[in-house]
Amino acid sequence: MRSAPVGVEKVSLYNQYTIQNMAYTEEELKKELETKEYEYGFYTDIESDTFPKGLSEEVVIALSKKKEEPEWMTLWRLEAYKGWKEMTEPEWANIHYQKPDFQDISYYSAPNKKPKYESLDEVDPELLDTFKKLGISLDEQKKLAGVAVDIVMDSVSVATTFKKTLAEKGIIFCSISEAIKEHPELVKKYIGSVIPKKDNFYAALNSAVFSDGSFCYIPKGVRCPMELSTYFRINQAGTGQFERTLVIADKGSYVSYLEGCTAPSRDENQLHAAVVELIALDDAEIKYSTVQNWFPGNKEGKGGVYNFVTKRGLCERNAKISWTQVETGSAITWKYPSCILKGDNSIGEFYSIAVTNNFQQADTGTKMIHLGKNTRSTIISKGISAGKSQNSYRGLVQVNSRADNARNFSQCDSLLMGNDCGAHTFPYIEAKNKSAQIEHEATTSKIGEDQIFYCNQRGIDTEKAIALIVNGFSKEVLNKLPMEFAVEAQKLLEISLEGSVG
Amino acid sequence: MDLKEKLVSSFMAFENNVDLDHPIHDIRSEAIKNFETKGFPSRKEEAWKYTSLNSLQKIDFSIFPKEENALEYNHVKKYFLHEIDTYKIVFVDGIYSSFLSETTHDGVDICLMSSALTKPMYKPVIDVYFNKVASKEESLTTLNTAFSREGAYIYIPKNKAPKKPVEILHFATGNEASLMLQPRNLIIVEENAELQVIERHQSLTKNEVLTNSVTEIFAAKDAIVDYYKVQNDTNDASLIDNTYIAQKDKSVVKVHTFSFGGKLTRNNLNFYQDGEYIDSTLKGVTILGEKQHVDHHTLVHHQQPNCESHQDYKGIYGERSTGVFNGKIIVDKIAQKTNAFQQNNNVLISDKATINTKPQLEIFADDVRCSHGCTIGQLDEDAMFYLQSRGIPRKEATGLLMYAFANNVLESVRLPELKKRINKLIATKLGVRLGFDL
Repeated sequence: MRSAPVGVEKVSLYNQYTIQNMAYTEEELKKELETKEYEYGFYTDIESDTFPKGLSEEVVIALSKKKEEPEWMTLWRLEAYKGWKEMTEPEWANIHYQKPDFQDISYYSAPNKKPKYESLDEVDPELLDTFKKLGISLDEQKKLAGVAVDIVMDSVSVATTFKKTLAEKGIIFCSISEAIKEHPELVKKYIGSVIPKKDNFYAALNSAVFSDGSFCYIPKGVRCPMELSTYFRINQAGTGQFERTLVIADKGSYVSYLEGCTAPSRDENQLHAAVVELIALDDAEIKYSTVQNWFPGNKEGKGGVYNFVTKRGLCERNAKISWTQVETGSAITWKYPSCILKGDNSIGEFYSIAVTNNFQQADTGTKMIHLGKNTRSTIISKGISAGKSQNSYRGLVQVNSRADNARNFSQCDSLLMGNDCGAHTFPYIEAKNKSAQIEHEATTSKIGEDQIFYCNQRGIDTEKAIALIVNGFSKEVLNKLPMEFAVEAQKLLEISLEGSVG
Repeated sequence: MDLKEKLVSSFMAFENNVDLDHPIHDIRSEAIKNFETKGFPSRKEEAWKYTSLNSLQKIDFSIFPKEENALEYNHVKKYFLHEIDTYKIVFVDGIYSSFLSETTHDGVDICLMSSALTKPMYKPVIDVYFNKVASKEESLTTLNTAFSREGAYIYIPKNKAPKKPVEILHFATGNEASLMLQPRNLIIVEENAELQVIERHQSLTKNEVLTNSVTEIFAAKDAIVDYYKVQNDTNDASLIDNTYIAQKDKSVVKVHTFSFGGKLTRNNLNFYQDGEYIDSTLKGVTILGEKQHVDHHTLVHHQQPNCESHQDYKGIYGERSTGVFNGKIIVDKIAQKTNAFQQNNNVLISDKATINTKPQLEIFADDVRCSHGCTIGQLDEDAMFYLQSRGIPRKEATGLLMYAFANNVLESVRLPELKKRINKLIATKLGVRLGFDL
């Protein structure tokens, strides 16, 4: 078996990486944060079939036709488009940017060589090369931890692995276009049920023109045997990417879903408006982890991806949804993974690390809507700002009058490095039930002198102490990532925030 | 005619009664222009998300009271802090009542805004301070600026402290069916001087009253200012209180807000720290019932290094009441070594009551310690059990625990008589027989 040595190698590399970082000082970290250019900035030249720029009813219809979608889907898209036309871009977020010109975007682009591959040999070698550069070669992925990878290369799913293993359990894991064709009853029932097609400006845009994405259905009582994972990449110059993800966990099932992104560098600002819907039926559990490392723009703040994402999950009785995110990329991040705790005893969790540097701006957080009785939610948000970046936490905890015994705990901590960055907190807390118990705490600081003193006192020198404190700062969130993904997260974070393995 | 139009059109009439040559005429004209453009804030504005002024705007308020109304001292005695001697500036329906007041010019000026605005001897001070810290953008503040004529004027020169605290009282007699009042206060505390102020708005009948008050406070180097707001008005009285405080080096300003009643109360409390080693304290106790609504909107703007701010707001909400807390801390880039703390604790005792809270931090400096905490919860069951096991009925135990919950905000009240008074108010409000003397 090749799998064992590969795994060992990976772990030992990982150790080395963290040990190296033990000798970090705050200054070095700051410097590295500032100067580290986008390591994975390369561009793969694959012939693609791209729509001319612009958006109109015809484009929506053409897109739907191109994807061989049934009529109900076309109508659904058109309705979303009509809604979108009447909406205006939201301006309440604490971000400043040049608004994208929606008529200057091409709404469809697919890799040309489209047949579905059964084995890796058939895959375009150039594509494989891309993954190699990213260090996520399919081969290794397959063997490393039994992760089934559904790679989205410019909007169309090119390869789906482990599908057979999953099929044995009755699990459906495919691209959303495939699901629309093959499982229309599921898609029809659930798409837009958590995020209505006119929910907000970007969700409406996505609903009208979503190109592809992933679909996942876990049948009743099934525990998904492996972590499901999708790597998104933006590839064609000037194409916005509109991913649509729909995950349905039927009664009593469990799934852990991973999503990770890297994008090649370029000058033009790119728009990314994804929609992710999660549905956890009675007693089900969904764990959704994200590592986001889109191109953040260069040191002068030029270029970079605009990331306007709508993510929301619905919990039925006794269900649980857990969002974990590591946000390191994008010039602009606008993202609020939310949980609607509809069923009694349901649980929502949100764990987030957002790192911003240079001219990056992030406005991210969560919404926990408590509707059912005995619902619980936890929010842990860590923001690290460096360079000239702005990092905001924006959250809403809402307890409705029928949500007896609702419980929430929120913690948002910010760490500032350097004097040109900013950290902001906008927590909204609305309680309408007397038995609600809500705690919110937030702190902003640099690394405390007293903390360093405490370490010094115990014989730990200042450099090590700083590394220790920074690691400890984000540990609560990193620990929530699945092990395999944590390795990737470490790599993509470009700075080590985790001191010791575990 | 809605209230906005009425206000704008009565501005002309108002101007005819005042001196047009005075420099503040320009300030007034500028202000009414701003109000005319912006109008009353709507819930679409972030700062007014949870408080609606719509119902108030439908009431036909009279803007100028028709006649002077006299009040018997005995009739209103209970609203004064009668246990100790104080300076008093009393207004009845917006008009100064010399009979009930006690002002002074002995070393310090504790007198009237109207005289400060008209007498030439005050002109240098007015030029330097009037409308300097109050917002020129916020519509309700500019509305007050446009109609500013009467209120309290307090000037404490260097190294002075008045012998007694100052009470500012506003009575509404209800002679008008509905009355809108716009008092304007200016308080200047010079270097190393000290001042204590107690402010109260009281309606004496069931007629509608809307007060839109603006207070500007300037605390110079080493000055100490204690400001207490007692808000325990009737359910027909609404108050929009805009307080702007500018602090210089090493000054210490404490503002305590006690909100126990009123139909709608909005407190806009803004601190601007313009110097080093400044200490700002904002504390509040809110105990509401019926359909009362209180909105605390605080801002602490740290503009210089080495300063501190402390905020502690406690709220107990019963029946159908609504509480809002929106605390904002801004730390500028140069304001290193800032310590800013914010705490907001709430207890809901009814399922019909609502609390909306939004503690907000905006930080641009790295070497700072800023924190905010916010809780919504219930009384500790263990503590309840402890009291009950010692023979205290549940109802009384609840009262006692809530009393204890609210009480610690009072620790920093430096006037013993006021502390006692507030303590009793809290106890009555919560239905607790204290059984001990304070």
